[in-house]
Amino acid sequence: MYKIVRKEILNPTVTLMEIYAPLIAAKAEPGQFIILRVNGDGERIPLTVADFNRDTGTVTIIFQIIGATTAQLNNLEEGQYIQDFVGPLGTPTHTEGLRKVAVIGGGVGSAIAYPVAKKLHGQGCEVHSITGFRNKDLVILEKEFNKISEKYILVTDDGSRGKKGMVTDALKELIESGEKYDQVIAIGPLIMMKFVCKLTKEYGIKTVVSMNPIMIDGTGMCGGCRLTVGGETKFACVDGPDFDGHLVDFDEAMARSAMYRDFEADQREKNCRLFKKEEG
Amino acid sequence: MANMSLKKNKMPVQKPEERTCNFDEVALGYSEEQALNEAERCLNCKNKPCVKGCPVAVQIPEFIERIRNKDFEGAYSIISETSSLPAICGRVCPQENQCEKYCVRGIKGEPVGIGRLERFAADRHNEDFEAKPEKPASNGKKIAVIGSGPAGLTCAGDLAKKGYEVTIFEALHMAGGVLVYGIPEFRLPKDIVSREIDNLKALGVKIETNMVIGKILSVDELMEKGFDAVFIGTGAGLPRFMGIKGENLKGVYSANEFLTRVNLMKAYKEDSVTPIYRGKNVAVVGGGNVAMDAARCAKRLGAQSVSIVYRRSEAELPARAEEVEHAKEEGIIFKVLTNPVELLPDDKGGVQKIRCVEMELGEPDASGRRRPIEKENSTFDMDADCVIMAIGTSPNPLIKNTTKGLETNRQGCIVTKDESGLTSKENVYAGGDAVTGAATVILAMGAGKSAAEAIDAKLKG
Repeated sequence: MYKIVRKEILNPTVTLMEIYAPLIAAKAEPGQFIILRVNGDGERIPLTVADFNRDTGTVTIIFQIIGATTAQLNNLEEGQYIQDFVGPLGTPTHTEGLRKVAVIGGGVGSAIAYPVAKKLHGQGCEVHSITGFRNKDLVILEKEFNKISEKYILVTDDGSRGKKGMVTDALKELIESGEKYDQVIAIGPLIMMKFVCKLTKEYGIKTVVSMNPIMIDGTGMCGGCRLTVGGETKFACVDGPDFDGHLVDFDEAMARSAMYRDFEADQREKNCRLFKKEEG
Repeated sequence: MANMSLKKNKMPVQKPEERTCNFDEVALGYSEEQALNEAERCLNCKNKPCVKGCPVAVQIPEFIERIRNKDFEGAYSIISETSSLPAICGRVCPQENQCEKYCVRGIKGEPVGIGRLERFAADRHNEDFEAKPEKPASNGKKIAVIGSGPAGLTCAGDLAKKGYEVTIFEALHMAGGVLVYGIPEFRLPKDIVSREIDNLKALGVKIETNMVIGKILSVDELMEKGFDAVFIGTGAGLPRFMGIKGENLKGVYSANEFLTRVNLMKAYKEDSVTPIYRGKNVAVVGGGNVAMDAARCAKRLGAQSVSIVYRRSEAELPARAEEVEHAKEEGIIFKVLTNPVELLPDDKGGVQKIRCVEMELGEPDASGRRRPIEKENSTFDMDADCVIMAIGTSPNPLIKNTTKGLETNRQGCIVTKDESGLTSKENVYAGGDAVTGAATVILAMGAGKSAAEAIDAKLKG
């Protein structure tokens, strides 16, 4: 059992939790992920490590409440326990030798992009960050990104905070203004990563994306997380989760991510009915 | 006078039409009467050819004699002397290729039902005895076992009995390895596995789940933490795919994923939170036991038709004869001499059809089996909204990639010096599928057992 030592509601749909898991905290690196199970009957879900503290032995996760499991997780409070917490899985994000990087975070993906940006900043790399959200209520980590970025642009779909527009608009502007990046790192919804890659391909800028497909074990055993990268099948859990975005087949990845959409909708419906019953 | 019937006592089973609607065990086990009758078929040969066929050398005629004398607990004790998991082996061992293959009665008629008798003795013991084994006095030496499948459990049990302090590290949230994620409930009830694991715990074995060795700790770090020896029993968990077009469509699974969702994650239960694609027309590619398990699970999940697609002929099916027979009784269709070449999509990115070619058998290949050759102009399409690839697995590279100085071969299998399981690293042993590539439960147990002996000999000095 793994103790929740801190819980913070970042916005109505996104929650941060700091979990006591000293062995994982000792090894974790930005870009890696953990798999957790909320309770004894629960499903296993992968979540990227948002931060870690080797001194206090904690690992931070930031998750969006989208399905039955994340709803259950969100119902737990500080001092309570998570049944299973496995990691650190996957390969860390390569940050060596990078001198100027644009880090793009979309929605809750910003939480995963943040530790990478922080590490790059710590290495003396010039970091330009762009984070995008649907509206002002969903904005997270604004201060944090500001602190570690030489340039930071916040965009929202409706313009209720920061600039109105998409992350790709902001990125295009920076590139057009003459910024030369060694690399772009884009983490967010598949559709966002797809369009960031489309843009950077035009400019010939290497782009790394973090894939977060459906998986069970996270060790290469199930193959559920497979995706096509440069015409080859790769397992996100062991070969990734970071991949060269210009080689990823995003359309296939999007189809695969919808594999259980009907099932998930049913589960959500069931959960909602349960809550209603409890309240009534 | 021995029972000279040419036929084994039939195993009572759930009726096919009933069992395809549930996940309860198919084979129900011998009654006492049947067991006694079957035991009478053993001739108690002096040279015991059956024992030579057993990877862990169970003293077969001796235990059968105890059954004959109605000393069922005595029979169990004899089996337990050499086998750590009798109730499991009695169910999943390929006896027809091992002990029963060499049984004298098999020359004319059917061999003695050794596996069925083993299961009978083990089940009797489990019904009659609640007592757990006692923890032996510690000898102060610590052993790390990586993986809690049949190899790891056997190695851990044998060493714990000798007084070693054993810790098993398991990557998943539950111990048992392939016994819990791979083999379905209807072939091996999970209560039996958890009982064997409880027995190990009673012997003092610690089980740490959620520990992916190679990630959270390396083999070298385990040694630094004070373990005197390490046994690697990490199995062959990496699924193979065919590399054909359409394999990443929705509704295409590796058998590992499909079976893990069904067995470990209990997707077959009504109230399960684990999603699973319940196809109408399911095609399972492959002909081994894993393919049979996947096909029979799909049937139980409500598929209208389930086909095994296998590129050689029925005679070459690697699955146990009993599993093939059970699958056929349950209405599984066998499309043999058939090889998939492409999976065709529907308009939503899901698999809709499986394009196949017909095959014929040519000259024997390296495996000694006749090589399947594609027939010209034989392409045809089959409806399939769920396809399960059960064409084999290879060892997981996680340990190999994180352990300096650990020698592996081209297939990624760990190289061992001899039967002791000693690897290229001092005090690091390995056994089971991690060494041999995908094989059987009993071979893995045999390897775990030999390694336990070798570790004991080495550490005693």
